[in-house]
Amino acid sequence: MSKKRLIQGNEACAHAALYAGCNFYAGYPITPSSEVMEILSYEMPKLGRTFIQMEDEIASISAIIGAAWGGAKTLTATSGPGFSLMQEGLGYASITETPCVIVNCQRWGPSTGQPTKGAQGDVMQSIWGTHGDHAIIVVTASTVRDAFDMTVKSFNFAQQYRVPVVLLMDEVLAHMRENIDWPEPGDIEVIEAKRPADVKTYKPFANDEFLPFGHGARYHITGLAHGAEGFAVSDEAAARELKRMVGKVQDHVRDLALHDRYLLDDAELAIISYGITSRPAQSAVDLLRAQGIRAGLLSLKTLWPFPDFLIDEVAERVDTIVVPELNMGQLVREIGRAAGGRSQVIPVSRIDGHLLTPAQIADAAVAPFATSAGKVVRS
Amino acid sequence: MSDNYRRFLRTAQLPHVWCPGCGDGMIVKALLEAIGELNLDQNKIAVVSGIGCSGRTPFILDFNTMHTTHGRALAFATGIKLANPELRVFAIMGDGDASAIGGNHFIHACRRNLDITALVFNNGIYGLTGGQLAPTTPVGKRSTTSTMGSIEQPFDLVRLALGAGAGFVARTTSFDHKRLTSSIKRAILHKGFSFVDILTSCPTYFGRMNDVAEPYDMVHYLRDTSSPLHDCTCGETDQPKAEVMPTGIFREEERADYEALYKQKIAAACGKRSVS
Ligand SMILES: Cc1ncc(C[n+]2csc(CCOP(=O)(O)OP(=O)(O)O)c2C)c(N)n1
Ligand code: SF4
Repeated sequence: MSKKRLIQGNEACAHAALYAGCNFYAGYPITPSSEVMEILSYEMPKLGRTFIQMEDEIASISAIIGAAWGGAKTLTATSGPGFSLMQEGLGYASITETPCVIVNCQRWGPSTGQPTKGAQGDVMQSIWGTHGDHAIIVVTASTVRDAFDMTVKSFNFAQQYRVPVVLLMDEVLAHMRENIDWPEPGDIEVIEAKRPADVKTYKPFANDEFLPFGHGARYHITGLAHGAEGFAVSDEAAARELKRMVGKVQDHVRDLALHDRYLLDDAELAIISYGITSRPAQSAVDLLRAQGIRAGLLSLKTLWPFPDFLIDEVAERVDTIVVPELNMGQLVREIGRAAGGRSQVIPVSRIDGHLLTPAQIADAAVAPFATSAGKVVRS
Repeated sequence: MSDNYRRFLRTAQLPHVWCPGCGDGMIVKALLEAIGELNLDQNKIAVVSGIGCSGRTPFILDFNTMHTTHGRALAFATGIKLANPELRVFAIMGDGDASAIGGNHFIHACRRNLDITALVFNNGIYGLTGGQLAPTTPVGKRSTTSTMGSIEQPFDLVRLALGAGAGFVARTTSFDHKRLTSSIKRAILHKGFSFVDILTSCPTYFGRMNDVAEPYDMVHYLRDTSSPLHDCTCGETDQPKAEVMPTGIFREEERADYEALYKQKIAAACGKRSVS
């Protein structure tokens, strides 16, 4: 029988990183993510793994990228202000196809905002925050157990696809405690990067194989546009390389699109949510069903590459799609685009630092005058 | 001196990008000679650079090489070294790279004391972007963003590194090949963070903007504006004189490096007394 443990989202994230084999953490303290680094600062030495507190978030992400090429499985965790500083490093990780995981415990607003209030305002920044077209994977978690699983899966994606993976949590999930089934080794699959069969002919950017520094091949890494061997290219070759990199995630959207469905099969109305908001959204489905409305939930765990095909299936079948978010309408734009006018898409937004309630989501779904322009619910 | 350094060059990547008369190539030659003379294992060397003319160094070196982002070479190097302590890690930076955008990483690397060798190719100007003011540009010197002469007091990188706690601190010039090579060798042999401030020439921008455009004149300028520590009276005054920079070894003191201390921490965390 599996153990139960009453733990916090951040604790789950830290322990899941260890479970996934993370052996290098670099970070800079920031609310509401600091527990991740505090826990790792005393757990990692016990396991002979490396923890370092850096001078800022730019240094933190740079250090984890360096450590990845040094052969480590690497993590950093931060929140809004730190995540903004990490955009430079995210771009470098993307163009150098470096496996690494960045946890962002979202907090309210731009700048310092409200450090201890949750939000889902960093969705677009996670996808598009660094400059230029680029490859990145963005995933979310909605429960403490989910924070554990999605942390392990973030490491898996990073290793498999050689990309930076952003795991979006939020202040509420970060600090909330739940009694979870504690995964035993082997319960969740842990995937390692493919190693090249022949190190002598290794080219660092020929495919997804990953050989760290000091293992028999000497090669070059750069943030400049580069070809298979890591040396600078331009013109057609640069375009080809960019397409290959972005294609790496876009072409695997079906493998990457983790999601949950709840009562969706016979639904006439669908709620599409992600992260912490999937919890009130699921209760909203129950409320609506009790009112005789056949509602269902599509809870997205992977936000990028955007799973158009999942929205497609839903938009084919329902008249109305409700998109609750703790921001002023971010993922709803992607969902609206993918729905392509086949269903009415209603954004439901809450931005006062509190969670949406099931009733707020259900009410917005049945509001007689709801239009596709949407309605902002204020509490 | 031997031709031994050539085996460390990626000849397919030549020619390099530097202007005729640029000091950077001379520094690279000294670095490779130092590595050759110390018989370091080519497979176990990692050279990390930031962005700048100096940052282009790793392209032509046949080691494990990484051209990173502007100012961050030491942060990347920190990750590489901690993840694989077997690697000999070098960080190559421009003066703007190391002390403007990367100033924070620089001082923290000095104090943290990982076993990394940091070399700053200090030409007193921003080379790659076309000759703008650097934090090292001497007072009165012109750049494309200080055409009437700089009014800012420059950083003395040696003092900065000493103040920040670096265990090995040296300064040489790129034209003094022997001292440069021996300083780099001593920096490599030093266990812990080592820093060599290498005064060098950018005839294209610093030279042209400051009436020393000929590479030959730039070398004379470097000679005239630097002086070995033992015959220099300028080293110990509180007001750094931009005109004459002392050169030599300013500190060579070993203290436990980060890796050794982290090993002790692991041993303590595991309940053992020592793991080394
Ligand atoms: C974040 C960022 N800001 C600005 C630049 C543009 N930039 C490239 S190199 C450089 C300065 C180069 O001067 P220095 O560091 O002294 O090196 P040098 O070229 O003289 O070797 C600047 C400002 C950049 N690449 N990245
Ligand atoms: S611009 Fe200056 S520093 Fe850059 S390569 Fe030319 S001479 Fe060297």
